[in-house]
Parts: sequence; C-alpha cells; structure tokens
Amino acid sequence: MNKTLLKILLVMFFAALFSGCIQPDAEDAPAGTMILSTTTSTCDTGLLDVLNARFEEENNVKVLTLCQGTGKAIATGEMGAADVVLVHAPSSELEAIKRGSFIDRQFVMYNYFVIIGPASDPANVTHATSATDAFTRIADAQAPFISRGDNSGTHAKELGLWNEIHITPQGVWYQSVGKGMGDTIITADIKQGYTLSDRGTYLAMKDKINLVALFENDQEFLYNPYHVMAVSPEKFPDVNYGMALNYIEFLTSGEGQGLIQDFGLEEYGQPLFIPAHNIDEDV
Amino acid sequence: MNSTEFIIQGIITAIELIAGMDPYILSIAGVSLKVSGTATFLAAMTAIPLSFIISHREFWGKQTLLTLINTGMGLPSVFVGLFVFIMLVPAGPLGFLKLIFTPEAMIIAQYILVTPIITGISLAAINAVPPAIRENAYTLGGSHRDIAVVVLKEAKFGIVTSVLAGFGRAIAEVGAILIVGGNIAYTGSVGGIGEGLSYTRTLTTAITSETSSGDISVAIALGLILITINLSVNAAASMLQRRGEVSGTA
Repeated sequence: MNKTLLKILLVMFFAALFSGCIQPDAEDAPAGTMILSTTTSTCDTGLLDVLNARFEEENNVKVLTLCQGTGKAIATGEMGAADVVLVHAPSSELEAIKRGSFIDRQFVMYNYFVIIGPASDPANVTHATSATDAFTRIADAQAPFISRGDNSGTHAKELGLWNEIHITPQGVWYQSVGKGMGDTIITADIKQGYTLSDRGTYLAMKDKINLVALFENDQEFLYNPYHVMAVSPEKFPDVNYGMALNYIEFLTSGEGQGLIQDFGLEEYGQPLFIPAHNIDEDV
Repeated sequence: MNSTEFIIQGIITAIELIAGMDPYILSIAGVSLKVSGTATFLAAMTAIPLSFIISHREFWGKQTLLTLINTGMGLPSVFVGLFVFIMLVPAGPLGFLKLIFTPEAMIIAQYILVTPIITGISLAAINAVPPAIRENAYTLGGSHRDIAVVVLKEAKFGIVTSVLAGFGRAIAEVGAILIVGGNIAYTGSVGGIGEGLSYTRTLTTAITSETSSGDISVAIALGLILITINLSVNAAASMLQRRGEVSGTA
C-alpha cells in the first residue's frame, strides 16, 4: 500500500480540521444570525462596527455584514439572500418596495456628498456655485473624473448630476472603475482625478490620501439620505424577519440615533452621519 | 509620507501583527486553510479514484469527460462563483439548503475549481506509468486491485503533486469565494484594529477589502502569510517531483 500518499492526505485533512479550532468563535455561524447587506460607506467608515456590536449584545445575535454597494445590496435582498438592507438610493429603494421585495422602510440618517479632487484643482471646482456647476466645469476642462460605475447609491447620485446638466460623460477623462467607495477614492488619488464621495468615507480616508474636498454643502444636489428596510417575509418566508424588525427599531431608537450622532465626533470633530429619524421626509 | 516610508511602515506593522498573533489575522488564515484544505481533501477523494477509472477502463462518454476535465482545469473562478451563487441564493434551485454566504458555499466553489486540476494532473501521472509494469503485474496473475496498487506506487509522486497543485490553486483563489462567501467578518473590536473575527473572510478576499479601505499594513500582513503558504506548497511539490524522478530512474 502507498502509505506516504495516505499520510500526506491525512495530514492535510487534520490540518484543515485543526485550523478550524484556532478560531473557535468563528468556526460556524452562531445559532442566531442576521444578514445585513449594505453600502460600502457604512462599512468603510466603521459606523457599522459600533452599531452592530451594541445590537448583537442586546439581541444575542450575530450580524453578518455584506458590504456591497447599494445596487448589489438591494439585489441581494431581492434574491432573499439577506434579511435587512441599509442603503442610500431612494428611487431604487422605492422601486424595489413596489416589486414587493421589501417592507418597513425607515429613514435612518443622512449626510452630504462631497466633490473631491486634487488640491491643484485644474477644473476650478472650488469656485463653482453649485454641484451642477462643478460638474459642468469638470466636463468642460476634460479633467480626469473617476466614477464608481457600480450601480451604487453614490453612482446613482453622480449619474443624476450629469443628467441634470444634460451631459453624457464620455471620453478618456471619464473613467469607470466598478468598485466600492474606498477603491474609487484610492484610484482617484493615484490618478489625481475628481470623484464624488459620500462625506463619511471621505472623512474616514482623508489622512490616507492627497485629494481634498473641493465642493460641498450643496443642500439641494448633494443630499444623501440612508434608509433601512426589511426583506419581505411574504416573498421569502425563511428570512429572519423578526430580527430585521429589531434592527430597524434599534437604528431608529434613541440609542441607535445617539450612537450615529456621536460616531466620528472625537476623531473628525464632526459627525460623519446625521441621525434623521425625527425628520419628516416624503422620499 | 513618501512612498518608501509608506511601504516600509506597512511591512513593519505587518510583521508586528503576525508576530503578535493578531486574532483577526489568525482567524482569516484559519478560515483560508480550513476552506481550501477541506475543498482540496474532498476534491482529491473524488479526483484520484476518477483518474484511475479513466486511465484503466473504457466507458461511454469518456472523451466528453476528458474534454470537460481539460476545460475545467482552466475554469475562470469568477464564472464558478457566479454559477454557485445562482444555485445557492434563496431564489435559486438549491436555495433551500441555506448555504449562501457560508464557508460551506466557498468549499463547494473551490471543490468545483480544484477537482478537474487534481484529476488532470494525476491522470497524466498514471498514464506515464510504463505499460510494461502493468503487463508484468497482469502476467504474474495480479487482480485489477493488485494492478491498481502497483500503478499507484509508481505514480504516487505525481498524484501528491496534483493534490498540492490543487491546494495551491484553492488558497490563491479570490473571485469565486468573494461572490459566494461575501467576505464576512464578525463585528466587534478585536486586537485593536477595529475588526472582529473572520467568518467567510479569507487571506485573498481580506486583501481586497483591506486595500479598498486603505489599511495597507493589514493587507501586507495577509499577503505575507498567503505567499508563505504558497511558497511552502510549491517547495513541497518540487521536492516530491525531484524524489519522484530519482526513484523513477532507480
């Protein structure tokens, strides 16, 4: 018999088993889990680490977080592969609700998008009078613009802005990367280009990049609201709807809103997201 | 910070993280080894008997099977990821198994990727065994089983190399497991780098997400571990190959 072969295979098998023992807590999914699919900005900023740690403690549940970008997060929910989604593209959210995929949508928080770019500002965005004016200047200057291109909430906002000024961005200056916010900022940083970022991710990455915020505080065009909603238990009876409801309640509770309010205050001198549950909103 | 400083600082932090047995890094390496090791073991259990059958028997559809194996050896991993994802999401045909975004889903994807590789390489090793050896065993009155044992003995180094090659592919793979595993780590602050322990996050998928969030030193630490595993597997494979050549000429 070939003992060497057998031995090697056995060693590999036990090594595989043993490696599972190194991390006993993570070996298998805990009994109670809830899958949250969400946009990259809430992950990259670290906000979810804070919120979910508290939620897990109070509900004895493990939150499995998929950081995907709004488009993919909604799609994941629509295939029943998540229990709850936290996203920032109101029109896509409402369409998905119309299709019967989600229920119990609640407004959680908001911030504003920022247009970031090289400090040299070749398109003179700093002097723009509005976000649409800033985008017009970038297009006129044919300055490098890096687009998320990933059907995310930020991408949807960016396309909306181009649409507003009747420009179809194309040519070598307009580059689509198909990646999350962090990756897009890093790409723009390397290429010394402009990009649209949510405020939270920009602030969280500010110290790691050379790009600066050139245009912000456009309340009309750069508004960025985040909503949470549960995957419909009617469409997918196996989802953890009860826990999704707990999560929605937690995010909109005084406690959840307080955690959002305080997040980033110490490190950045300002909150990255503004709690919004008490604000009336029609979208 | 200039570029050299940034790389050197990254490597220093990486070594500190590894030397300090950082729980986050360890759990990621653990998930990688567990998923790739299990997938490779299961693939070997399928592939080695399969390669014997293909080499020793004639059956209907053999040519088609060989074509499938050859295609499978170069299967793009993102395609396998997409396929397994569609199968396993709740809306998909195997959704009732509730396997999407679990380590098991990643094992399935890697099993599909690795089985053709182990089959193809061990089949080549078995086919390389001189027919005279088989015939000798047969004329000496050996049964099918005896002949298989003789051939296995001759081809053993090639077969082990095939398993190591399969493992090497599995541990380095990123596209498929990112799609079906979801790159999930648990919440909670562990080890002072603001991350919890890995659930479906592996060395490769963690490198992609740590790079996106600008945590280059963590990415470097994971890269160093990954490349060490890869080097060890390759060194083992080439050592076995050399031993195989020596014993082959003896």
